[in-house]
Amino acid sequence: MEYPRLSLDRRLFILSTTLLELKNITKTFPGVKALDNVNLKVEDGEIHALVGENGAGKSTLMKVLSGIHPYGTYKGEIIYDGERCKFTKITDSEKKGIVIIHQELALIPYLSIGENMFLGNERGKKYAIDWDETFNLADKYLKQVGLKESSKTLVKDIGVGKMQLVEIAKALAKNARLLILDEPTSSLNESESRALLNLLLEFKKKGMTSIIISHKLNEISYVADQITIIRDGQTIETLNKATDDISEARIIKGMVGRDLTDRFPKREAHEIGDIMMEVKNWNVYHPIFLEKKVIDNVSFNVRRGEVLGIAGLMGAGRTELSMSIFGKSYGTQISGKIKINGKEVHLNNVKEAIAHGLAYVTEDRKGNGLILPNAIKMNISLSNLAEVSNKQGVIDVDKEHQVAKGYKKELKIKCPTVEQNVGNLSGGNQQKVLLAKWMFAKPDILILDEPTRGIDVGAKYEIYCIINQLVEMGKSVILISSELPEVLGMADRIYVMDEGRIVGELDAASASQESIMECIVASHKNKGGK
Amino acid sequence: MDKVKEIFKKYTMVLVLILVIIAFTIGTRGRMLLPANINNLIAQNAYVFVLATGMLLCILTGGNIDLSVGSVVCFVGAVGGSMMVNAKLPIWLAMIAMIAVGLAIGAWQGFWIAYMKIPPFITTLAGMLVFRGLANVILNGLTLAPMPASYLNLFNSYIPDFFHVEGFNVTCMLFGVIVAVVSSVLSIRGRAVKISKGYTVESFSSMIVRLVIIDLAILAFVFKLSQYKGIPVVLLWVAVVIIIYNYITSKTTIGRHFYAVGGNEKAAALSGVDTKKVYFTAYINMAFLAAIAGMITIARLNSANPTAGTNYEMDAIGSCFIGGASAYGGIGTVPGVIVGAILMGVINLGMNIMGVDANYQKVVKGLVLLAAVIFDIVSKKKKA
Repeated sequence: MEYPRLSLDRRLFILSTTLLELKNITKTFPGVKALDNVNLKVEDGEIHALVGENGAGKSTLMKVLSGIHPYGTYKGEIIYDGERCKFTKITDSEKKGIVIIHQELALIPYLSIGENMFLGNERGKKYAIDWDETFNLADKYLKQVGLKESSKTLVKDIGVGKMQLVEIAKALAKNARLLILDEPTSSLNESESRALLNLLLEFKKKGMTSIIISHKLNEISYVADQITIIRDGQTIETLNKATDDISEARIIKGMVGRDLTDRFPKREAHEIGDIMMEVKNWNVYHPIFLEKKVIDNVSFNVRRGEVLGIAGLMGAGRTELSMSIFGKSYGTQISGKIKINGKEVHLNNVKEAIAHGLAYVTEDRKGNGLILPNAIKMNISLSNLAEVSNKQGVIDVDKEHQVAKGYKKELKIKCPTVEQNVGNLSGGNQQKVLLAKWMFAKPDILILDEPTRGIDVGAKYEIYCIINQLVEMGKSVILISSELPEVLGMADRIYVMDEGRIVGELDAASASQESIMECIVASHKNKGGK
Repeated sequence: MDKVKEIFKKYTMVLVLILVIIAFTIGTRGRMLLPANINNLIAQNAYVFVLATGMLLCILTGGNIDLSVGSVVCFVGAVGGSMMVNAKLPIWLAMIAMIAVGLAIGAWQGFWIAYMKIPPFITTLAGMLVFRGLANVILNGLTLAPMPASYLNLFNSYIPDFFHVEGFNVTCMLFGVIVAVVSSVLSIRGRAVKISKGYTVESFSSMIVRLVIIDLAILAFVFKLSQYKGIPVVLLWVAVVIIIYNYITSKTTIGRHFYAVGGNEKAAALSGVDTKKVYFTAYINMAFLAAIAGMITIARLNSANPTAGTNYEMDAIGSCFIGGASAYGGIGTVPGVIVGAILMGVINLGMNIMGVDANYQKVVKGLVLLAAVIFDIVSKKKKA
């Protein structure tokens, strides 16, 4: 867009310094188009930020670039350093100096820093590792990232912030020329984040190119030279620090500006009743890092027949909040009060939570939602086996089958029979089985944690319809979602969460994506001011 | 074609079993199917059926095994043997003591595994050493024999024949006919009940085919036994264990919880399943069944000796995996495990009759086990 303003010579100069160009990248997963004609241009020696909502395709794009999704599984081309690249595995891209640091740290806790840094990149001969060289080099790179620890320290003994720096040192040890950081500061505190960002700026001076993926827009404004915005698997625009407005508000506008009509089914007018559940002064600490407060004095309520949205970025503490309420399934030193229908209750385990009419549909349906090797009917009946069995605990297998068949019809689960294993279903149908399972538990309050993650638009619509049915029946639904349009389209009322706290309560009618993001930004600013 | 494939997939091990039986029948020129050998198949493998049933529950919880069962069999046998042989205490008291010891061992191991999260492999490896050692201490390293005759009768005898026909036990045959008829009637009636409630059922012809095959197998089996000494009492013990545990695993909520925990422990916990209790139950039950196996073993050996039960854990574990239990947990059935145990028994017996060297027998058994697990994992990969 800016080229016409430059002379031809200048233009050639700029073109020649392009380090990386991704052209028309398209990547489809079964049922989902994750990337749709994505273009990205990274100049040599710049810090390029990649922003977008969860599920927009940022991580997938980086996986394509680094060869985790091998050449041939996507369409389009990668031009790096003037060369067309066909990476088939991660070591191919690393050889060229492209090093990716994943959001989930890939360090092995019981190995030393040095051993971790050279894992898969060992010094010395193939059958005789040169440990002296290993630790010597490791110490050198550690110094470059500003770590004073000995490279012989075990990784488990250093904090998360330092682990992130070790990851960067590890990347340096691979002679990184292009460093890709996926949410590098998501688990760091303010000062650690700042130190890391300053380190990136320092590397930039030395000629390193970086791509940074982050949700924290203030950080991006701070370090990035160019910002590319991705939405729904497509590149929307690229903003340049020198020529464009890169304020947070401007970035948000690019991230969220999309058409909302008709993506959500209309809800029949129905009455929103009294308060069904009220949570007061809820505090939860991390189960391993005992001093870390995960949920900080949260109070909220949900009414009968209401869809309550909880918005927030990944890691805002929404899952932790709901799991800690659901029979203390997460966290330690939990304190606070829960009132259901005006009466205070103590939910010490999942059984008690279910008995009090709570249901929690997990975020990660494969990891802790469904039992994949079991039949559909066994999954559906599991949380309420008593309903299909007699007092002695003998299951009426036929009744169970009928119940499952009923839900298959009601929720339009696409499967030949309910005896089939859940593992063989598509994501959308698995999600429906998970919903059926919790509907069968006959709850009054359903907490749906990212109920539409990773499923296609059609299945999403059907799940929204189910949510509508539930509230029309007078149940309360707490909808946790990182997709702001989803929260805005479905919820009657919205709480905004950030870093374990509720930072805003909005009426859905007047709320907008901008106003939600502003709540989060404002809370960050307040924190920074302290 | 798809239907044939499906049947083949569902009954793979049964078909393998039939093939192995045919192969050994040819290899032993028919001696394999002599009535005495059929009888031996039951008597020699009774303990395997009992232990494998218990082991299945452990494996269901997530591929966890119990290495201590062989030693527990020996220890329980030593306790019972010394009570009956040395102290001359009544048989019933000794049997109650054996069960109690089994439950105590199970509670001990189950506590560490379920509530302290000590890996089952470690806990039961420790148990394997501890109880073998304790058994030797009790026995002083010696063999206690013989067992009281009335005790042996409880396990080693045969159901008496009321008809006195020379060379053929009519009671046994009659018993088999009754079992076949009753099981068929129950199946048909169950189907009718389902239809009346409007549930989906298997097709009539496929049910008839299935029943005819099962009934023929039962009748052929009891016919052979009738030509020998009739129904061994130990078969009743085994049958009771199998029926009870098949019922628990397929029809009860507690059974269902085993599959849930093994399939996805986190999901099970978030569905309100008490996962710790499931682990505890698996291991206390395993030791309980090991106590039963201990009773059977000292009766069969007519002695309590310090090496009894050696490698029994391997027989039980092998039967489970051959019988289709998943090494990752969550998959496996009692009938499957019994087929696995019979397959192992048949291979043992066949090779014994053929006079195969004992060392080669081990090689063959090892390879069969490996093949079964490879089959399990490869077939799963294909699905994915």
